[in-house]
Amino acid sequence: MKSLVQRLVEIPGPSGFEYKIRDVIQDEISDFADEIHVDALGNLIAKKGEKNTHGMRVMLSAHIDEIGLMVTHISDKGFIRFTNIGGVSPFTCIGGRVLFMNGTRGVIGIDGIEPGQTPKLSDLFIDVGVSCKTDSPVKVGDVCGFERPFLDLGKRWVAKSMDDRIAAVIAIETMKRLEKTPHEIHFVFSTQEEVGIRGATTAAYGIDPDVGFAIDVTRSGDTPRPRSKMATALGDGPAIKIRDSSFIADPRLVDCMINAAEESGIPYQLEVLEAGGTDGRAIQLTRSGVPAGCVSVACRYVHSPSEMVDADDVENAVKLLVKLLSEPISL
Amino acid sequence: MTLKTEQKQPPKIGEDQLGLLEKLCNATAVSGDEQEVRQIVIEEVTPLADAVRIDALGNVLVTKRGQGKDRLRVMLASHMDEVGMMIVKKHEDELFQFELVGGIDERQLPGKAVLVGKDHLPGVIGAKPIHMTTKSERKNKIETSSLRIDLGPEIGEKVKAGDRATFATRFQVAGPSIIAKALDNRLGVATLIELLQHAPENIDVLAAFTVQEEVGLRGARVAAYGLNPDLAIAVDSTPAYDLPHWDDEDENTQYNTNLDCGPAIYIMDRATIADQRLVHLFIDTAEEANIPYQLRQPGGGGTDAGAIHRTRSGIPSISVSVPSRYCHTAAGVARIVDWENTVRLLYATLNNITRDLLTGERRG
Repeated sequence: MKSLVQRLVEIPGPSGFEYKIRDVIQDEISDFADEIHVDALGNLIAKKGEKNTHGMRVMLSAHIDEIGLMVTHISDKGFIRFTNIGGVSPFTCIGGRVLFMNGTRGVIGIDGIEPGQTPKLSDLFIDVGVSCKTDSPVKVGDVCGFERPFLDLGKRWVAKSMDDRIAAVIAIETMKRLEKTPHEIHFVFSTQEEVGIRGATTAAYGIDPDVGFAIDVTRSGDTPRPRSKMATALGDGPAIKIRDSSFIADPRLVDCMINAAEESGIPYQLEVLEAGGTDGRAIQLTRSGVPAGCVSVACRYVHSPSEMVDADDVENAVKLLVKLLSEPISL
Repeated sequence: MTLKTEQKQPPKIGEDQLGLLEKLCNATAVSGDEQEVRQIVIEEVTPLADAVRIDALGNVLVTKRGQGKDRLRVMLASHMDEVGMMIVKKHEDELFQFELVGGIDERQLPGKAVLVGKDHLPGVIGAKPIHMTTKSERKNKIETSSLRIDLGPEIGEKVKAGDRATFATRFQVAGPSIIAKALDNRLGVATLIELLQHAPENIDVLAAFTVQEEVGLRGARVAAYGLNPDLAIAVDSTPAYDLPHWDDEDENTQYNTNLDCGPAIYIMDRATIADQRLVHLFIDTAEEANIPYQLRQPGGGGTDAGAIHRTRSGIPSISVSVPSRYCHTAAGVARIVDWENTVRLLYATLNNITRDLLTGERRG
């Protein structure tokens, strides 16, 4: 699984430009899905299993887009101004490196601002090493992700898009390990989550599931003086989401997931996030409503180029989902 | 993909088109009550269409069918509503408190002439004469709740809470430019009408004249659900912040669009990431047909495409806009040539749409 993580996290693919990661995932799952298609917004949807009398139509959603930057202007001297795709903080940009979809690489610099002034994205620029606009290998509208290699710290893994490629890995592994299921499962590798859960919104409408689960990262409260007190910690197991700021998980599904974990001796923790949102909300508010929950992976330094998760949490998330989907879900 | 060159007479902007735009810009249609513009639209499109219907929210939905097999159903969306004001309450006989509808900078208001209600009753948003203000007072903006529309006796008696008001600016052509209120988005409305005059035969055109865009893309959401098209193009007007920086040597890097540079093709705004296949279709068409165009700077803002692309199981969408200065103020400025090139680009691109547009490589 680690090599799959490494492969997926390093591919650039900000919201709206997921084509590279989608192709890689499609190759990876082609032998394990019954049917695969790509919908109008680029969601990769893989169907597996048939619904029997105890089964349901289940939607699982892991988003494959990441945060990134889009070029808005190139100066005469070749310096690139940009806007954000998704939630990008100027603090995580300064001195960072980027990789454009066309392969160009660059560095993020900052205008000279007054000491004590908080930097804004408009104070930053990308330098791709050319000295004039006409030599620039990029143009307005081109898109880049942050670039940082995958880092294996043994028990902990670090990369720039654990959010949410780690969930894509979990979904892929779940699909591979699932031997029998009473359900018709639609694994959605969704697009444009970071700009407003857009892919999941349309995927959920199209699938019209009986029940749904998002898989995403969540913050953890286990670093020194965290911004908000959270019980969630790396290494305490996959987190069963109770709520975040956009979504309250169906308590019956929370119970279902807790039971599945306890029955199989899988460690788990409960998550209450005072911020954030996931594809879960999109699923829940589809059509006449869908009971929805979310399995989270605790993650430090979310939306920075060095997001950190615990390797055992990832493995246990797969186990939890396999157990959950192998049996009927009681509502 | 082979690009076809124009075989029919392409659209042009002449007296008739400017006359229609004048009627549209001078009409009052603040979000939620678009009736005056809706009437004009219905009159114009009925002789051109196979079907016209008005949905529950007041969107005008026009179908113009093409010919041939496997035609794509293409939605064009332009909003009929404008930002404006709504009367809240009468204070004394002739002074009316009002609220803003849609995004208007409060600093734009004092001293403006306005027209209230269906009968376009004239009033003024009162401003204290300068001799009666203090220097420190002049530093602060006046809250909308402290402003009043002064309608005077007789006229004031005809006005009630809920009546909508717009700036009183009347449409003018000034050399190469148009000066008017509500260029956002009467330019789009006039463009759709012009395209229906020259409807291409390779597609079904589903023209949606939408309501309530300025207060949250509300009309477009239900229009898209009802029409369920294969793809959608929102046609709007977008700001040009293209005045030079006089103060310093830095170039203006946040212009959004420039006047005189043609239709603005959107790659990304806050509401929509355009389908890359449509972006490439528009750019390739413009290059091949030699139509000037620009890319709107990615960043803020939103159009009806924001609601449309998220409808049902998703609709590949893009926006193309006419640049104009001073959007959402009493007087905007646009160039006739930019409008004409926008109409020409849309016409050429619609003619280039083939069934395999949406089956090819995604590029995004």
